[in-house]
Amino acid sequence: MTIAVIENPKVSLNILTESEVRQIHHATLDVIESVGVRFPSAKALDILQAHGAAVDHATHVARIPGQAVEAALAKAPPTYALAARDASLDLALDGRHTYLGTDGCGVEVLDAFTGERHRSTLQDVSDAARMADYLDAIAFHWTPVSAQDRPPESRSLHELLAIWNVSQKHVQTETIVTEREARAAVEMAAAIAGGRDELRKRPILSIMQCTLAPLAQDGGSIEAGLAAAEAGLPVGYMTMASCASTGPATLAGNLVVGNAEVISALALMQMAYPGCPVYYAAAQTAMDLRTGAYTGGGPEDFLFGAATNVLADFYRVPLSMGAFATGAKEPGWQSAVDNSFSSFMAVSTGADMLLGAGLLHGSRILSYEMLVMDAEIWSIVRAMSRGIVVNHETLALDAIRDVGPGGNFLAHKHTKRHMRELWLPTLMDRRPYSAWEEKRDGAREWAREKAQAILRDHHPEPLDEKLVNALRHIIASVEAEAM
Amino acid sequence: MSAEDLFRVMSQSIVEGEPEEAERLAREALAQGIEPLEAINHGFVPGVTEVGRGFGCGEMFLPDLVRAGAAMKAAIKVLEPELVRRGMTRESLGTVVIGTAKGDIHEIGKNLIGTMLAASGFQVHDLGVDVSPAAFVAQAREVNADIVGVSALLTTTMLGQREVIRALEQAGLRPHVKVLVGGAPVTRDWAEEIGADGYSEDALGAVRVAKQLLKIAQV
Repeated sequence: MTIAVIENPKVSLNILTESEVRQIHHATLDVIESVGVRFPSAKALDILQAHGAAVDHATHVARIPGQAVEAALAKAPPTYALAARDASLDLALDGRHTYLGTDGCGVEVLDAFTGERHRSTLQDVSDAARMADYLDAIAFHWTPVSAQDRPPESRSLHELLAIWNVSQKHVQTETIVTEREARAAVEMAAAIAGGRDELRKRPILSIMQCTLAPLAQDGGSIEAGLAAAEAGLPVGYMTMASCASTGPATLAGNLVVGNAEVISALALMQMAYPGCPVYYAAAQTAMDLRTGAYTGGGPEDFLFGAATNVLADFYRVPLSMGAFATGAKEPGWQSAVDNSFSSFMAVSTGADMLLGAGLLHGSRILSYEMLVMDAEIWSIVRAMSRGIVVNHETLALDAIRDVGPGGNFLAHKHTKRHMRELWLPTLMDRRPYSAWEEKRDGAREWAREKAQAILRDHHPEPLDEKLVNALRHIIASVEAEAM
Repeated sequence: MSAEDLFRVMSQSIVEGEPEEAERLAREALAQGIEPLEAINHGFVPGVTEVGRGFGCGEMFLPDLVRAGAAMKAAIKVLEPELVRRGMTRESLGTVVIGTAKGDIHEIGKNLIGTMLAASGFQVHDLGVDVSPAAFVAQAREVNADIVGVSALLTTTMLGQREVIRALEQAGLRPHVKVLVGGAPVTRDWAEEIGADGYSEDALGAVRVAKQLLKIAQV
């Protein structure tokens, strides 16, 4: 099994100048220091206060001095690795690699065989993870859909176990939102990794939390993040500030609001556990002006996808960036436009992790067809990221001399040497028109067939039964505690 | 300024969404001896109608509606006490209690719906965030609510919507109270499964559904 990583992309994009990044940074520090960010957690407020923040315990708003934020962020490790259960699938977050993960957390699934839509269950989590395990485009898992047939207090842990049970790839979960769940997840991960120390060395699990735009955190998410950071699991905070509703209408203003949420949370992690691995996460968008909806696609999203990476680079932390995750209701023109632009923009600025493969309707509906199509978009972006190699061999002067005016390169040795570097589609229709006319099929049908074949045939070796029982025991204790 | 001119600028203050201007004009109308109900119906309501028209044909957008709603609220705040003093009340389309489900603090969608319902003529009681089923019940009973609206953004807190419906049933209020649910993970299927009366994906849809539930003619 291999992972289709994007390495040292040659294509690059200038999205913000150094001076513009500094302006955003200074505006952000101004906001954090003078307006403040709400942290509804006594534990978090105590830590912030001990580091110089002015804390209002009634409103939970902390006004943190800019210097304290900068000093804390400077302690974050700039590079580290996300471990996989199979070490050959480890992910290097070193600023030179970009990896794709699945999307989350959906609430419905389009059945791969019947096309019918149903509410998501634990079985769907397992099936989607199996498909993500098979696809080399997918480097790590998110919890793709919610296991709505499991109790809310332990649901995230059932989901985690279901993914681990079918895949050795790294798991980044976005559904653990309480300290109790986070502590149990650490315990589960340690059981798999072979103890707490091993887990710290090789974190097979990373944690993603959402902020609450504008300028607030969720208490549970903050305390879950602290528990994970204590154990050495990489922790990221994601802003989803939306232009004109949860953020200013202007893109720069929206970046400031989102940035304040993310870096204040990351700074808190560093104040609590200096040097712990953290990452920046973002999926900003623009509100739909007519409905107020979170759009999931459109030029603003694509610009945010590129700009946010410049900010993460400025703070010298990895970025997990929301890309793909189209607002389209079914795979088609809109999803192709959304997911191509969003992934390309994020890759061309060197994001470390991209999220969002496989879901429709703004991350609400899982589509196996979409997941297969997203993998193909990824392969296009990956091919583009390599750019154009210019050297003696690629300039092909000898071949050009041999062929001369009016000939062709079909049978030349140079062609034989290099033709397999050219990109080959699996879903693009390049057949003759008459061949298409016979069945009038295309990407959707082929993606569906591939998805069905994967679900039928790909059955990775499950975890050891004893280990599974131990993990189930941990989940059961969380459920008992919640009663 | 003649009453006609005053009505025109009152309407304009709603269309432009200027709460301070609307408030000032409401005071001016009272100072000129214009009846509060007349100020509302001939001054401010035409502005609301105009904003609705502009939105409907794509010239105005959601932020325009929210600003218009805020301007209307500012005007009503000045005029309502005068109405009450005269022993009159402004006609309400119905009483709605809204809040986010227990454990959920995501409130922008709920706030938007509150604004839209109020701007459309409903009496809205907003319980805020992280609201227990018991608090929904208590408020619904106290204000004799026609509709209870429960919002949830998380798949886990969404379950709280069912709890509110159960609590309303147990309190014996369910026959008289319609329940509206919404939020990103909420689907029509979910709404049906938990026995909610209405569901909408966006704020304007929620106003339509609220009117349908109370059998109010749609404009």
